[in-house]
Amino acid sequence: MKNFLTTGVGAAAASALPMVASAQEAVGMDQRINDIFAGSTGWFVNLIFMSLPGTNFPWIVLWLVVAASVFTLYFGFIQIKAFWHAISLVKGDYSDPDDSGEVSHFQALTTALSGTVGLGNIAGVAVAVGIGGPGATFWMILAGLLGMASKFTECTLGVKYRNEYADGTVSGGPMYYMTKGFKERGLPLGGFLAIVFSIFTIGGALGGGNMFQANQAHAQLAGIIGDYPGWITGIVFAAVVFSVIVGGIKSIANVTEKIVPLMGVIYVGAALIILIVEYDKIGWAFGQIFEGAFSGLGVAGGLVGALIQGFKRAAFSNEAGVGSAAIAHSAVRTKEPVTEGVVSLLEPFIDTVVICTMTALVITISGVLVMDPETGRFILNEAGTAIQTVDGSSGVQLTSAAFATGFSWFPYVLALAVILFAFSTMISWSYYGLKAWTYLFGEGKTKEIVFKVIFCLFIVVGAAANLGAVIDFSDAMIFAMAVVNITALYFLMPIVKREMKSYFARLKSGEIKKFVD
Amino acid sequence: MTASTIIVGLDGGEAGARALDFAMTQARLIGDCELKLVYVIEWSPFSFQTSEENDQRHKRREEELALARERIVDPAVKKAGDKGVTVQGIVKHGDVADILDDLAKKHGAQQIVVGRVGLRGLKERMFGGVTGRLAVASRVPLTIIP
Repeated sequence: MKNFLTTGVGAAAASALPMVASAQEAVGMDQRINDIFAGSTGWFVNLIFMSLPGTNFPWIVLWLVVAASVFTLYFGFIQIKAFWHAISLVKGDYSDPDDSGEVSHFQALTTALSGTVGLGNIAGVAVAVGIGGPGATFWMILAGLLGMASKFTECTLGVKYRNEYADGTVSGGPMYYMTKGFKERGLPLGGFLAIVFSIFTIGGALGGGNMFQANQAHAQLAGIIGDYPGWITGIVFAAVVFSVIVGGIKSIANVTEKIVPLMGVIYVGAALIILIVEYDKIGWAFGQIFEGAFSGLGVAGGLVGALIQGFKRAAFSNEAGVGSAAIAHSAVRTKEPVTEGVVSLLEPFIDTVVICTMTALVITISGVLVMDPETGRFILNEAGTAIQTVDGSSGVQLTSAAFATGFSWFPYVLALAVILFAFSTMISWSYYGLKAWTYLFGEGKTKEIVFKVIFCLFIVVGAAANLGAVIDFSDAMIFAMAVVNITALYFLMPIVKREMKSYFARLKSGEIKKFVD
Repeated sequence: MTASTIIVGLDGGEAGARALDFAMTQARLIGDCELKLVYVIEWSPFSFQTSEENDQRHKRREEELALARERIVDPAVKKAGDKGVTVQGIVKHGDVADILDDLAKKHGAQQIVVGRVGLRGLKERMFGGVTGRLAVASRVPLTIIP
């Protein structure tokens, strides 16, 4: 871990300091940051995305899907059985009025959602559809539905084994169920898993929760203002994030927390309008999605390419099985850990099954992916790595171009949404990273500030590096978290099952009642 | 157990004090009457919060409750108690109008007494104000003190 941190921090410091000195070398500076970054993380990325022997199927994708399927079967399709109960819990039907003023199920859910809804839904989906074709959407939806069970498992455990301190604050997350849960079951190595998980969480916070966000926010800004060096965006973002997480300027965070849900509504609303206007193409788009899912339709990597992209993007977007949500959900006020698990299964549903699918449909319908009119198959770009797009764009710009076919002004709204989503995701992940950091090094003002400063430095690195290097590192770190977390979930799932049976039995017998009349 | 109960809405300001004065007079006239002095901390379970706010929430809630008791409810309870009125102080989180109405129903109160807060102009038109909403929704008689 020492190694990882020192190289990471060293790289950031080495490139951040001279950068301020001379602005003229801007482009060269971006290149240098990128080289150092790609060079120091490449080996880890390769390890995580290693293919299964004799195939081009990354083992990590199989790992996630198998886990989600196991949890789905083990808990008897909890995502279907408990779906309406989840909505009832979020509405507050089962909340004790005497607990009013505590964190509600709704707040725990929306806080966790603001960490996941964001660029994954806008840029990530565009990457998946751009490489894997519309068929990737099918696998993404399937992964989202299965992932609901993973989320249920980890969030139930997160609440059950959280730490409640004498001063009334709480800390929860996989680190705590790994140590306490393993001890309760008499299993060894819980503490070891917790440490490894914490290290990866810090990596995930700096990668997907930070650099990927900064990178895409910059791409979006550059697309509108015109090209300029990434480190400028990086410094501005870093300054704002710094003022919130170190300076404690709550008002900025508060404003974001209020605008972000509105942005989500505008985004989904715009997607819906485009879909309504082009309603005659929806059937065709779903046809593309199903056909593409099983035949490949000439996309990069064929059928397996569509499947891998779909699963990868779903996992990256909803983070089911990753363990981050268990940290976010653990602050809720409830006597029953299962209730929070049930509420959390709405998260992959909203994030992936609803929002990601909308993005994918809009991209498919808008015609930004170039098709051969004769064969009806997609045309690959020159390098053969992705489907050719109308203007050669990828990631968030592809989504932007797709929405622009419906509303020419939409790229501006999207740019604002991307920046705000990026910002709120950064704030969420700075918290997850901080929890992992304090788990490793102990609580304390100085220790916390050290992490927060490192976090801000990485924003600059992320904004300056190339998308490819950043996305690889982000994916690798987030999937590394899932490796450790899911291992722990397998050992602890009997505890969740016991809790679940007891809760639903009492709900059925009427022992657990609604508080509203 | 007293025969009659009046719910009094406090706001930590002048309007609440007027409501309290009026309710105290009423209580003395009725004789066998208990006042429940209620201060509501504005709170919605459907607001959006950051993770950091969430994990501090329980602590903050305790602090808010203690502060409201110390600054607003306890002095009011003392003032009424000194005049020989049976009195109880209550602090709750939530929507003012909802909480006052719920408490009135729960304790079988005969009436709710609140002071009118001088909301004027656009704000009043848009949000209606607590007294306005209570007047529309209250399930027991309501007295508004100008």
